Amino acid sequence: MSTTSTILPKDEAAAQGELNVQINGTWHRFAPGTRIADACNTVGAHVPCFCYHPKLAIAGSCRMCLVEQGMPPRLAPGQEPSYDAQGYQPLQWMPRAIIACANTVSENMGIRTTGNITAEARRGVLEFLLSNHPLDCPICDQAGECKLQEYSSDYGSGTSRFQEEKTKKGKNIDLGPRVNLDQERCVLCHRCVRFMRDIVGEEVLGAVGRGSNCAISCYPGLKLDSNYSLNTVDLCPVGALTSKDFRFKMRVWFLKSTPSIDVNCGTGSNISIWSREQEIYRLTPRQNDQVNSCWMPDSHRLNYKYINAEERILNPTVRTDIGAPQRESTWDACLKLSAEQLQKCEASKTAIIVSARMTNEELYLVRALAKQLGIKEIASVSRKGKSDGMLISADGNPNTTGEQMIIAEKATALEGICSGIKSGRITALLALGEDITAEAGLSADNIKNLDYLLTLAHSKNGTTELADVTLPGVTFAEKYGTMINVTGRIQRLNQAIEPIGNSRDDWSILRDLIILLGSEDEKLAALKSARDLVTIMADEFAAMAGLTWGSIGNDGKAIISTGVTIPLIEREQASK
Amino acid sequence: MSYTPIKRPKFSLADRIYIVAIAKGLCRTFKHLVLALTRRSRHREDFNSKGIGLCMPFPEQRWDERLPEYYRGAPTLVRGEDSRERCVSCQLCEFICPARAITVTPGEVDPASPCAKQEKAPKEFTIDMFRCIYCGMCEEVCPEQAIFMSQEYLITLTDRDKGIRDKETLYKLGGVRKGLVNKWNDHK
Amino acid sequence: MQFIIDCWNSVMGDPTWFYLITTIAKLALMFILLLLFVVLSVWIERRIAGWIQDRPGPNRTGIPIHLLQRFGSKEKQPLKKWLEYFGVPANSWIAKLCTWLRLDREIPLFGLIQPMADGAKLFLKQEMTPSYVRKGFFIAAPMFVLGPPLIAAAVLPFSSSVDTCYGAINMCVANLNIGVLWIFAFSGLSVYGLTLAGWASNSKFPFIGGLRATAQLISYEVAMGLSIIPLLMMFSTLNLQEIVQNQAENGWTLVPLWGEGLSLQRWVLLLPMCISFLIFVTSVFAEANRTPFDMAECETDLVGGYHTEYSSMKFASFFMGEYVAMVVGSALVITLFLGGWSIGLGADVCLADWAKAAAITGSDQAATCWQSILGCCAGWIVVLLQFVAFIVKLVAFVFFFVWVRWTLPRFRFDQVMKLSWLVFFEIAVINILLTAAILYFIQ
Repeated sequence: MSTTSTILPKDEAAAQGELNVQINGTWHRFAPGTRIADACNTVGAHVPCFCYHPKLAIAGSCRMCLVEQGMPPRLAPGQEPSYDAQGYQPLQWMPRAIIACANTVSENMGIRTTGNITAEARRGVLEFLLSNHPLDCPICDQAGECKLQEYSSDYGSGTSRFQEEKTKKGKNIDLGPRVNLDQERCVLCHRCVRFMRDIVGEEVLGAVGRGSNCAISCYPGLKLDSNYSLNTVDLCPVGALTSKDFRFKMRVWFLKSTPSIDVNCGTGSNISIWSREQEIYRLTPRQNDQVNSCWMPDSHRLNYKYINAEERILNPTVRTDIGAPQRESTWDACLKLSAEQLQKCEASKTAIIVSARMTNEELYLVRALAKQLGIKEIASVSRKGKSDGMLISADGNPNTTGEQMIIAEKATALEGICSGIKSGRITALLALGEDITAEAGLSADNIKNLDYLLTLAHSKNGTTELADVTLPGVTFAEKYGTMINVTGRIQRLNQAIEPIGNSRDDWSILRDLIILLGSEDEKLAALKSARDLVTIMADEFAAMAGLTWGSIGNDGKAIISTGVTIPLIEREQASK
Repeated sequence: MSYTPIKRPKFSLADRIYIVAIAKGLCRTFKHLVLALTRRSRHREDFNSKGIGLCMPFPEQRWDERLPEYYRGAPTLVRGEDSRERCVSCQLCEFICPARAITVTPGEVDPASPCAKQEKAPKEFTIDMFRCIYCGMCEEVCPEQAIFMSQEYLITLTDRDKGIRDKETLYKLGGVRKGLVNKWNDHK
Repeated sequence: MQFIIDCWNSVMGDPTWFYLITTIAKLALMFILLLLFVVLSVWIERRIAGWIQDRPGPNRTGIPIHLLQRFGSKEKQPLKKWLEYFGVPANSWIAKLCTWLRLDREIPLFGLIQPMADGAKLFLKQEMTPSYVRKGFFIAAPMFVLGPPLIAAAVLPFSSSVDTCYGAINMCVANLNIGVLWIFAFSGLSVYGLTLAGWASNSKFPFIGGLRATAQLISYEVAMGLSIIPLLMMFSTLNLQEIVQNQAENGWTLVPLWGEGLSLQRWVLLLPMCISFLIFVTSVFAEANRTPFDMAECETDLVGGYHTEYSSMKFASFFMGEYVAMVVGSALVITLFLGGWSIGLGADVCLADWAKAAAITGSDQAATCWQSILGCCAGWIVVLLQFVAFIVKLVAFVFFFVWVRWTLPRFRFDQVMKLSWLVFFEIAVINILLTAAILYFIQ
């Protein structure tokens, strides 16, 4: 066949800046510099790894990712390369396996992830790893999501030939305030060491000892107390590093994971909520390279206890008369009463304080409520703090951008409302999702000036103690909704558990209130879920044009440019 | 798919009008009836039964000594020879239980106790005997040989609350199991 | 006293009142008899099933003594007190025998209380009506199943007639001239109950069960109807009381051993009668939805069949309806083929003559006191004897029903249908022609 008239695949690929690689007999194209492990995984040829993590530096220490590699034969001087019918050079397979994580692909390379050499190599590696492994899976929190378990069942030998005593190492070692270490379970992948060194920038962890006695440990005098320390638990492929918070709480196979987002700051880190029945057991970061990479701060991760706490309000409470004690009520009666009372309030003397912790849908309904009541004064409480230079944003509210988009054009200053309350100009207040005694700058005495205070809250706080009507809403884990983070990315919250007690979705409370106040909006009346509100809002706000709940996806969509960036993501993208 | 066609027997006319077969069958069952009533049933002496047919009249005559080794009675928890709680609350039984009768609340072992190396033990362990179907899957799945089907078959309750057996009850019923498990001590 | 007797005489003397009162008495007797028989046949069913399977069946349930405590007895074991009262020491053999008979715990009745305990349990169970059913029909269906067999039983003669001083009482609730047709008409109605139950349950298995029941009952109704035509041709009447009377005098349909039964014609007619009997009995099994024809409720493929969604007393109604149908079916077979209340071997005729003679002697002025009492009671004694004969036959046939159930496995549905339409229907038609030929040619 003639090779002059046809273009060879290597030239064709080179023209696109790619390389030809044969994986398990099929030719694929990859960008130069792609790691063999990544290349194999993208085409579905799974390569098992312990130490390799796409976000961390390469260690190549676990040897689990051994694959068979082939290259074209080295040419003798003056010899012309030969090509087969498809235009590829023949492959010569190396007699020994190479690691897939530390090597990159090259032109006309062949990789085999199946076959005797790799199977034997993997079996051998696993046998070595298991020779000192304590096999305490029944008490190990990692069981069920443990790489060593998975690979042993997939590639291991099933029986042990190890007759000797296993090496004894430290168990249940206190590494820091939130992390525990079991050195016997460790496979010495060094993922935690690399994470703390490279991503967090704190050299806390290292390996000590040699051979069988090698173990991970904190450097003397140091503790693993970084606010990102729990990410090492996620990274750990086995159960060596375990979270003190999640320790022995529940086996992972009982847990249901719901993709959602973190609501503790403006970054809106992507998370998974792990729940069983009506209980939430842990939150873990979910990979999103535009928002939080693979990480999240410990302070946010552990801030879920309030969801099932005693402080939750389980029933709507009302005060039937001035000075009367608060009394539990039913939803129908409570909403009817609130609607009657709100209609009696003078619009010019009424104000609304909303929260930028509410979802876009709820804020949209608050706006509709204000319109229905004719209220002109709406303000939100801002929470400005300091960024930690990683993932925690300077903005303490998760939905400031959304609040500005939906409410801000009408918003008045919070100070105006506060002074109005103090001077007695404002006599009725709707505090929605915000504790006005805490961060709004109002004291309990100021609030007593008010004739009427309605509040929407999920837990008891200073405001609910004083409120005439308290409508129990839900926390982030119990509702659907969207929020726009500081970079202008719209992201979804998903419901992980049903509303606790008799509390109800905030949006449905607001919707019912609007309808009871006399709105004849048929679209609102027909709503079944907050998810449908996205479509309605898409018609109204230019930034959301064309969006539906489904099109937002689990990763969210950048819809507004705010100019704000997330430092950790900046660094990660710069290092590529 | 391959299959082998079964050759059906050819029926004669006498077979096909059923009457003879029915009469034969009626004779057979009547014979059983008579033998049962006259206490001459076959294999009666094997069962040592004192009632009609092959039956042992239950509360008076019991088959306890004839219970097979593998008899599946009520599930119980056992302790080891070293009086260690064998259960490490891995919750596999809770997972496998088809009737969802088992509820385990995991807890931590007191670090000062002699079996501190086990680290984990159930804080609460309840088996709802109203739901239990005695399938024995919990016994089969248990990696620690901590749950066993006892030979207890007489579970008559006068109080609904007693149907839900807690940890103490289960350990009391299970008792101590012979055979030291070295997995959680220093011998490993 | 005299006044009451006068009143009684004047009321009973009026033919309308006489008819009304006797009919109501017979009605009550028949109704109680049937329901008792239902209870009894449940017990028979379970005991026989047990024996056939080498086990005792329900033999324990008695009247527990501790119930007496509820009614005021302060003793925990009243037996001991009674024994003490009679001076029997607690360790004597009498006391031991009583303990062995479990008299210290309960009054044993061979488990006869079991069906009643079951009934009480069903009565006290939670009544569940699924939300998705058609309420009206769902509630009506069990009534349709239980009602018709009870109504059909009205024409069944359970004894011969008796002469009283006020007139003759025919021991049959309604002595209709179309008795056979009446039974067919009403037993056919119960299929509506099954169909309605299947349809109103709004659930797939009951629906299939209901459909099967409909198809099966309609098919066997045909075979059943055709099968007894030869018999009716022979007796030339549709009145059941007359049919039985005829059998009492001239030999049972299947046992022609006395009276005219010894004639050649009757012996030749035995062949078509036997064929009729086989078809009829099989059809009764099918009509009563009994194994081997319980296609409508076979647990293995239909959960519970048409009554899957039923509970408590509604379910019990189906259950009872089935047993009533079985009892009525048995009674019908006995009436048509086995001489009904007739004692047999010509004894009925002799007894009737004896009763008549005794009555005449008794009414005679010269009769002794003894003779006059006998004269009054003779008719009743005969009726009672015949009633006992009827009950014995009925129990025997119920036993046969049960026996068959625990012997034969269930048919497949296509086999059931085939048997009815391709076998029984043809044979029944041929049988009619055969009978006609015999009646015409052999005199």
